[in-house]
Amino acid sequence: MTALAGGAAGGTASAGAGAPGTAGAAGQAPDARTAAFDAAVAAEERIEPRDWMPDAYRATLVRQMAQHAHSEIIGMQPEANWITRAPSLRRKAILMAKVQDEAGHGLYLYSAAETLGTGRDELLDKLHAGRQKYSSIFNYPTLTWADVGAIGWLVDGAAITNQVPLCRCSYGPYARAMVRICKEESFHQRQGFELLMALSKGTPEQHAMAQDAVDRWWWPSLMMFGPPDDESAHSAQSMAWKIKRFSNDELRRRFVDICVPQAEALGLTLPDPDLRWNPDKGENGGHEHGPIDWAEFQAVLKGNGPCNEQRIAQRRAAHEEGAWVRDAAAAYAAKHAAGEHGKAEAA
Amino acid sequence: MSAALALGDDALVLSHRLGQWAGHAPVLEEEVALANIALDLLGQARVLLSLAGDEDELAFLREERAFRNVQLVEQPNGDFAHTIARQLYFSAYQLPLYRELAAGDGPFAPLAAKAAQEVDYHLDHARQWTLRLGDGTQESHARMQRACDALWRYTGELFRPVEGLGVDPSALEQGWLRSVGEVLERATLTLPDGPRSGGWAAGAGREGLHTESFGRMLAEMQHLHRSHPGASW
Repeated sequence: MTALAGGAAGGTASAGAGAPGTAGAAGQAPDARTAAFDAAVAAEERIEPRDWMPDAYRATLVRQMAQHAHSEIIGMQPEANWITRAPSLRRKAILMAKVQDEAGHGLYLYSAAETLGTGRDELLDKLHAGRQKYSSIFNYPTLTWADVGAIGWLVDGAAITNQVPLCRCSYGPYARAMVRICKEESFHQRQGFELLMALSKGTPEQHAMAQDAVDRWWWPSLMMFGPPDDESAHSAQSMAWKIKRFSNDELRRRFVDICVPQAEALGLTLPDPDLRWNPDKGENGGHEHGPIDWAEFQAVLKGNGPCNEQRIAQRRAAHEEGAWVRDAAAAYAAKHAAGEHGKAEAA
Repeated sequence: MSAALALGDDALVLSHRLGQWAGHAPVLEEEVALANIALDLLGQARVLLSLAGDEDELAFLREERAFRNVQLVEQPNGDFAHTIARQLYFSAYQLPLYRELAAGDGPFAPLAAKAAQEVDYHLDHARQWTLRLGDGTQESHARMQRACDALWRYTGELFRPVEGLGVDPSALEQGWLRSVGEVLERATLTLPDGPRSGGWAAGAGREGLHTESFGRMLAEMQHLHRSHPGASW
């Protein structure tokens, strides 16, 4: 628990009692616990695993962290698709390290979700059964090497824009996991940008490959921020709980403003004829973009994207084909914990 | 620098095979571990190939017959047991080899000193899994035994002389047999007793004779680079 956390459980009033945690909260009436929780959130204190929290807050966090963890491990697939074909050893090393980072992010996030009482196995079962989602962006295919760069620049760029505010999320373990993840993601984003720069400045064929990738990944990247604010199912409550800090549309606007000058630096064109600077937008002006095809977003979300079935099938296959390995590790651990070596009983 | 090619190709090819696991590993921790080993080996390959020439030209523009890796490292991943058996056999050879090289003053000493620490971990990882698969369930035991048996014939080649290496690999053979034998015994597995070399098909990788799957592996690895002659990436 952090120093701030005592107040989150027992309420700020009892924070000085020197007994942070659940003990004080357990004896309080439900209204008092809710009030203490709300006060802790309002005071920007971190909620920690042993603190009392509303059931709906817990459920929202589990849903979001699971979806985030699933996105990391499903997101390995489109990029791993190019590990064996990376065109230089340097690029191969960068890509392998990146895919490995994603597995690591999955581990942190499943562990963070576990602090809320939901284990990794249960969450994976839900993913495999299609009962929990992952980011729809990974249902698009990586067709050329340039897609690896476009994912780094745009997809990781969008992810960072979404995730940096999560470093201040009210739930402590999630916020701390995000600090580490965001550092690595920003590294990935720069690597993707640099990969595209090499292609853009390379041969005409390489330049065309880079432009084609940006053409295909731009709109799906904008969709990563989720539906417009007036249609977002979970946003209002998450904002109140300080799980979410900025609205979908606000984050999308920031992302577009960041990308436009970067695309210019790359010598690549963003595929939106309506994209233009509006000096009257917001306080300092901002970009206007053309309409997003939300019908496509909904279709991919519902399972009708190009790779939805393929991604889940590969994940399930890896899990099912690995069952005997996990069983062996468990049997070995049980056998050696019990101090007996007879292998006959193990099976 | 045929020795640099031999060691560099071993590391390059095994790294590539391990990289094929990405997204397919049996458990998330192994996604991290297998990628870690693949990255270590790729790092070693880059240093070693650079001693022999341009790393990308050597990796992407040589034909199959010009590769000098042992046949063991090019064997397909198979199931997880095959991957672990391949790693156990290879790391149990690479670790003492690198330690010998590190103790000398040849061109490989600096790389070998650093890489030996990495390989120490690879060997530990392979041993830990050999114990768990061998002494886990009936199924895992049977799979691990099959994997150890199937790859056994590729292990004799590890101890053939390599020109310019400065270390005689044959001197490592008895230690390797003890090391592998000890972990297989603890894992309740039987040390295979078939031939470990002899037929040309099992043991001429250093002379550029490889197994059939290696050509397809290279075709995939080299395709993009070769499709854009002279391009920078």
